Order: sequence, then C-alpha cells, then structure tokens
Amino acid sequence: MLLSIELSLILEKLILIIVVVMSSLVIAMYATFAERKVAAIMQDRRGPNRAGPFGLLQPVADGLKLFFKEEIIPNLSSKFLFILGPCLAMLTAMMTGAVIPWGDKVHFFDRDISLQIADINIGILYVFGVVSMGVYGIMIGSWASNNKFSLMGGLRAASQIISYELAMGIALIALLMSTGTLSLKEIVVQQQEHWYSWNIIKQPLGFLIFLICAFAECNRTPFDLPEAENELIGGYHTEYSSMKLGFFLFAEYINMFLSSAVMVSLFFGGYDIPFLNDAAFADKIGVNWIALIHTFVFLFKAAAFLFLFMWVRWTIPRFRYDQLMNLGWKVLIPLALINMLVTGAFILYFGK
Amino acid sequence: MRNFYVAYNKRYMEALTNRAKQVERKPMSLLERAYLPAIFKGMAITFGHMFKKRPTINYPEVTRPFSPVFRGLHILNRDEEGRENCTACGLCAVACPAEAITMEAAERKPGEENLYREEKYAAKYEINMLRCIFCGLCEEACPKDAIYLSETFAPANFQRKGFIYGKEDLLIPNPVTEPEAYAKAKGGRVQIK
Repeated sequence: MLLSIELSLILEKLILIIVVVMSSLVIAMYATFAERKVAAIMQDRRGPNRAGPFGLLQPVADGLKLFFKEEIIPNLSSKFLFILGPCLAMLTAMMTGAVIPWGDKVHFFDRDISLQIADINIGILYVFGVVSMGVYGIMIGSWASNNKFSLMGGLRAASQIISYELAMGIALIALLMSTGTLSLKEIVVQQQEHWYSWNIIKQPLGFLIFLICAFAECNRTPFDLPEAENELIGGYHTEYSSMKLGFFLFAEYINMFLSSAVMVSLFFGGYDIPFLNDAAFADKIGVNWIALIHTFVFLFKAAAFLFLFMWVRWTIPRFRYDQLMNLGWKVLIPLALINMLVTGAFILYFGK
Repeated sequence: MRNFYVAYNKRYMEALTNRAKQVERKPMSLLERAYLPAIFKGMAITFGHMFKKRPTINYPEVTRPFSPVFRGLHILNRDEEGRENCTACGLCAVACPAEAITMEAAERKPGEENLYREEKYAAKYEINMLRCIFCGLCEEACPKDAIYLSETFAPANFQRKGFIYGKEDLLIPNPVTEPEAYAKAKGGRVQIK
C-alpha cells in the first residue's frame, strides 16, 4: 500500500518534471524567435519570415543548423571542463523551474496534483543557490577554452554576477520581511487576496532593484559584458561551436524565462488573476479549468516580462565596465539597504 | 585647457557651417544621474517604432513597381501576325556603345513569309547581358521597331555563357499562337505599329 502511493507520487512528479522541462525548452526556443522578431519590428524591419508560416519554423531551422555544424574542441583546452561548461549552464538554467508554482493544483484520478514540482519551504534560497551556480557554467567553459577573450568574458561574468547578487539578495530580504515566508507557493497564495496585495505595490523599489539585478544575472543588455561581441569577439563562448554553443545561447533564454517566472511569482501575484476572486471562480468552473486558466495567466505574465527583456535589449546600449560596477556597488546596494531598513521600520512601527 | 581650444578654434578654425554645437559638460543633475527617466524615454521611442510602417517589400511575393522609363532586358518584337520585325540591318549593333550586340543576317526563303516580315532576317542575334549597359540606344536606333527594352532584368546565373542571350531568349512570344504569353511579355509599354 505504501509502495503504491510512493510509485504514483514518483510518476506524478516525473510527468510534471518532463512537462515543465519540455515546455520551458519550447518557450526558450520560441523566445529566440520572438527576440529576432521584436528586434526587427523595433528597427522597422520584418524579421525572419521565410521558414514556415510567419517564420514560425525558424527556431527549428536554427537548432538543426547548430546540430549539423562541426564540433570543434580546441587542442589546448581542458577537454572535460570544456564540455562540462555548457552542460552546467544548461543544467542550472533548467533547475530553477522546480520550485516555481505554475498553477494551483489539478484534480485527476481522485488525487490533488500540485502544479509545482517541489514546494520546498526555502524556495527562494533554492532559486538563489541555483542562479549563483549558473555562473559556474560560464566560468568553467570560458576558463577551459584557453583563450584570453573567453577568460575575460568569464571573469566579467563572475564579478558581475557576484556584485549584483548582493543587491538582489538584499532587495529580496525586504520582500521576505513583508511576506514572512521563503516558500514561493506561500508568497503567491498571500498575493491572491486582493488586487492590491501583489508585492509590487508593497515593494516597488525592491522590485526595481530585483529587476535590474535579474537583467545582470541573465547577462542581458545593458549588462551583456561577458559576451560583448565587439570587445571580446564572443566573450565566454568564443571557442564554442555546434550544439555546445547552442547550449550556452539557449541557457540564456531559459534563464530569461525562468527569471521572468520568478519575478512574476514574487512580485506580480504568480498565477493570480487580477480583479477576480479566484476561490469563488474556482468553485464555479471546477479545479482543473481554473488551473488551466491560472497557468495561462502565469505564462502570459512571464511572456510580458520576456518582452520587457527584449524591449530593453534593443533600447539601451551596453554599460562600460566601471559604470557597471559603480551602479552595482554604489547605487543598487545602498538603495537596497535603505529599502530594507525602511521596510523593517515600517513593519516594526505598524506591527504587521 | 578647454578654453584654450575654444579660443583656438574661434581664431583659426573657421566653421564651415553654423550647425556645430558646443558640448555641454555640466555635471549631471540628480534626475539625470538616476538614468531611469532617460531609459524610459528611450524605451518609449523604441516602442513607438513598433507601430511604424516598415519600408521593406516582401520581394519574391511583392515586387516594386518599375518606373515607366525603366530599361530592362531586351525583347525582339514581332508584328501582329507573329512575324519577326528584325531585318538584321545592324544599326543597333552600331549604336551600341558597349558592343554587346552581334548578329548574322540571312535571306528569307520562299515559304517563310509567315516567319519573317521582310526579305532579310537575323539568323543569329545575340546580346551579351554582361556587356550591355541598358542605355536603350539600340531601341532608339532601330528603324523597324524590332528591339525594345522591357520591364524585367537579367536573373543571376552561375556561368558567363548564361548571360549571352540568343534569339530564343529575346524573341517575344508569338501573338497568334500564344497570345497570353505575348501580352505578358509586352507589358504596358511595347507598342506595335
């Protein structure tokens, strides 16, 4: 009896993991397409429109191209680490998806299945740990390439991510003080009460800092110094070719999607439908349907963030390195500290 | 030092226009140092561009209309009975500044009256499209309305010999046997007298 429950649980989680991994891969795939389309539209161009209807098969063509390219491992690289780099980048990019609540729950076969792979009570800490591990892929890959441009890119990535993680963490502490929990699920549930209970209302400055740091953590413009193509050739992926390069590029888009998902669940109510009493609505149309709508709402919000990522990329030029460090250490960290102090004082004074 | 350059420029470097603007190097105000207003302004500009009309033409599906005086590939004309106009007089070859046209004349045999309009015709008529500069002088030189420049241009080719257009490439389709192809090749400009 015990064994049967365990088995079904494993099966349920396995299916969930496969669905989450596959869908974030597909979303990342189409994020590359969307990026090119958005770039084109913002520059008054048309963008890819030859492969399939509206160019929808373009990411497939890109992927095939990467697969069929020649795989080059430089002679003087350390081969094991050279291969480990992109693998780690991809792995850590995928791991964040485990704690994100994609929806409330579905009801199948007399079982309530939570639409979150693992509701661990330290969800945010887990996200943090995985995100800071993401830079290992870049660092290891760049160091193993035995190329000075790669190494420069890797160094930049490492110092940038370390600098911005501090501000990000402090900004989150303020959020955690007001929510009182580290579980992402709990945070989302708290935000479902009213439209104004979204954390963006409570922590606008914290959100702004978190957003800027998320851009930096994803190595996106204006913080794309690690791969600054006009200074460092290709930065950390200079020596990479074929699908290993594809992994690096792909990991960036998965990171983008998952950090959008994290921002949505932390600050924008997760799968909450705005201006609607979700619980009452769920009684009306059933648990499964509401779960479906919730997931779509969640993905819609995440897509809006993805668009923001692209929009910013095609608007703002890259920072100079000293500007980047100045912004991180002299602006964002003090701001985050002030934000934390003000939040703490507020909670102490009003006792809520 | 900067003042020195300003004075130097004023004295020795006469500006060509009055559009030169002195760069302001005032320290930035707090609002400017916050970057965010400037960033939002920039983002508004890029967002506005999403709704602008795009000048690109989807080429193979949509083609840009040519101007009515466009000079493209040559056409060897026929009269309304489908007979070739060209008499191989050679005036076009003489007029051609690029020497792109070669031809060989031949005499019309009895029984070929339905093929050629006059007693003499061009047995071979070649235009080298790599030499041709599409000036249209051949069209002007022709006394028989036999050669016209059409509204298409030479497609790409892998070999040089593909650009030497013979009679079979240049002749307009026969208006009697294939009227649709003839009308299409004629376009809006070739008139037959």
